[in-house]
Formats: sequence, structure tokens, C-alpha cells
Amino acid sequence: MTIEQQIITIGICVLGTMLTRFLPFLVFSSKKPTPEYVRYLGRALPAAIFGMLVVYCLRNMEVFSGNHGLPELIAICLVAALHLWKRQMLLSIAGGTICYMFLVQTIF
Amino acid sequence: MKWKAFKTAFPYTIPIFAGFWFLGMTYGIYMNVSGFSFVYPMVMSLTVFGGSLEFLAVSMLLSKFAPLQTFIMVLMVQARHLFYGIAMLDRFQGMGLKKFYLIFGMCDESFSINCTADIPEDVDRGWFMFFVTLLNHFYWFSGATVGGILGSLVTFNTEGLDFVMTAMFVVIFLEQWLKEKKHYTAYIGLASSVVCLLLFGADSFLVPSMACIVAGLTFMRKPIEKAGGLV
Repeated sequence: MTIEQQIITIGICVLGTMLTRFLPFLVFSSKKPTPEYVRYLGRALPAAIFGMLVVYCLRNMEVFSGNHGLPELIAICLVAALHLWKRQMLLSIAGGTICYMFLVQTIF
Repeated sequence: MKWKAFKTAFPYTIPIFAGFWFLGMTYGIYMNVSGFSFVYPMVMSLTVFGGSLEFLAVSMLLSKFAPLQTFIMVLMVQARHLFYGIAMLDRFQGMGLKKFYLIFGMCDESFSINCTADIPEDVDRGWFMFFVTLLNHFYWFSGATVGGILGSLVTFNTEGLDFVMTAMFVVIFLEQWLKEKKHYTAYIGLASSVVCLLLFGADSFLVPSMACIVAGLTFMRKPIEKAGGLV
């Protein structure tokens, strides 16, 4: 790739990303009312999105081979347990991450 | 007013600082060892500000020039942002000029915090979201640039540190879960993604998952709205 082609490629990455980020705001401007169905989606989507993002983070987990995703499973259980117990976001995240690092570096 | 919003926003971004510095450095190092100057990760972290695409872009830049294929790939990887926009339509209303930057910087992590954080009444919502986005942007930019400069000089045993992002999304998912009375929408999100991941594989399951989620939410609209409690 020449430098010009690299610049164009990077430009396409920026353009495509911004298109996906700005499009809903361009289509549903504040001037005309947003359709009821889209407003419903806006309210119903977050919980579904966070479910999708958790799966997205775990997409490369080896469930059927290797360590069978055990470190992830253990660490996620710890995150959930800590969070239900103390409800302290930073504590749950730090506890789970340290546990995961310990597991993958020493045991698995 | 701004200072107070900054002080409220900062703690929410601490896990993202850890995650972004680690992932950003990894990205910068990856670009460096792939033969690119630190200017590349620096510019891309500033302008694209989306981790997974920037990693993918390394291999795009190393292969043959294919603008159309690149564009389609970008849209598929980034399509989830359409959901974020739809979810934030109301929340970003009346933010003036800040709105432009809030949308520009709406990566997974900024969206997650801005969508779910309980912002106290006496804190300006607009500035809170602005600082969350700005801090995240800065973490990613500085991590990627430092990684690009130091390159392979860095040796560390931080294996597994990237789990910090997973842990954060698990916590946010849980918070959302605890807020709801019924969990139809969370189940739809989880089930769609898991099934599509098994069917389509890790590299191409996001777009089919999104389609399944929209179909599920549309099909289940009556019971979901009847259950109420949508935030």
C-alpha cells in the first residue's frame, strides 16, 4: 500500500465508524417526533446490548477445548458475588480481574 | 459546575483507564512491531476511537488496497453503535455543541457508563457525560501512542489484564439486571448472542445477533412493555 492508500483506508475506518455513531441522530432529528417503535427500542435495548457485550468479550473463550473457559467462569462468578455483596463497582471489577490474572498466570 | 461533573465522572472511568492503557499499549506495540510509526496508532486512536476496529485495521493496512471491502468490514464491526445511538437519542437531547463530541466519542465503554450511571441531581448531566467521554478518549489515545513509541521495549507480565473490560461489562449488565423487574430484554440479548456466536463464529456473529435482538424485542414488545420498568 502506498501512503495515499493508507490514508484513504484510515479515512474509511473513520467515516464508517462515524456513520454508525451519527446515523440514528441524523435520521431521528429533534425537529420531528421520534416514532414510538424506535423510542421503545431505545428503552428496551440497553439490557440486551449489555448481554451482547458480555458475550462479545468472551467470544474467543475456549469452551470445548483448552481450559474450557474455567478461568473466565470463576472470575465472572467472583465479580457477580462481590457485586451483589458490596455493590461497589470498582471493588467488583478489581477483584475479578486480579483473580483472573492469578488464574491464567499460575494455574491454567 | 464543570469541576463537580469532572469529580463525579472520574471514578467511573478508573476501570477503563486500566483497560484502555493495557489494550491501548498492546495496540500501539502491535502496530510498532508490524512496522508502523507511532503516528499511526496516535492518529487512529484520536480519530476512530474504537478498539476492535483499530486492531483489525492493522491487517487491513498490511494487505492489498481494497476500499470497498474495508468499508463493508468497518460497517459490520461497528454496526452495534447504531444501537447505542438509538438508546441515547433522548439522553443526548439538549446538550448543545457537546452533543457532537458525545456522539463522536461514543465507544462501547463511554456508552455503557453514560447509559447506566446514576448521575446525582446536582451534577450537570451534559458535563458528566462529556468528561466520561473525554477521559476515555484520553486514556485510549495516550496508551496507544506510548505503546507505539516504546514498541517492543516493553516487557511485562500483565497476562489477563484485559479481563478488566469483561468484568466491567459484567458489572454493568448486573446493575441493569437489578434495576429491572422482568428480564426479557436481557435474556433476548444473551440468548441471541450466544446462539449466533455458536452458529456464525467469533468473527461474524455481531450483525446476526443484532438482527435477532431487534426481532426478539419487536416480537416480545407487548409483554415487555406490560412488565414495565424500562429505564
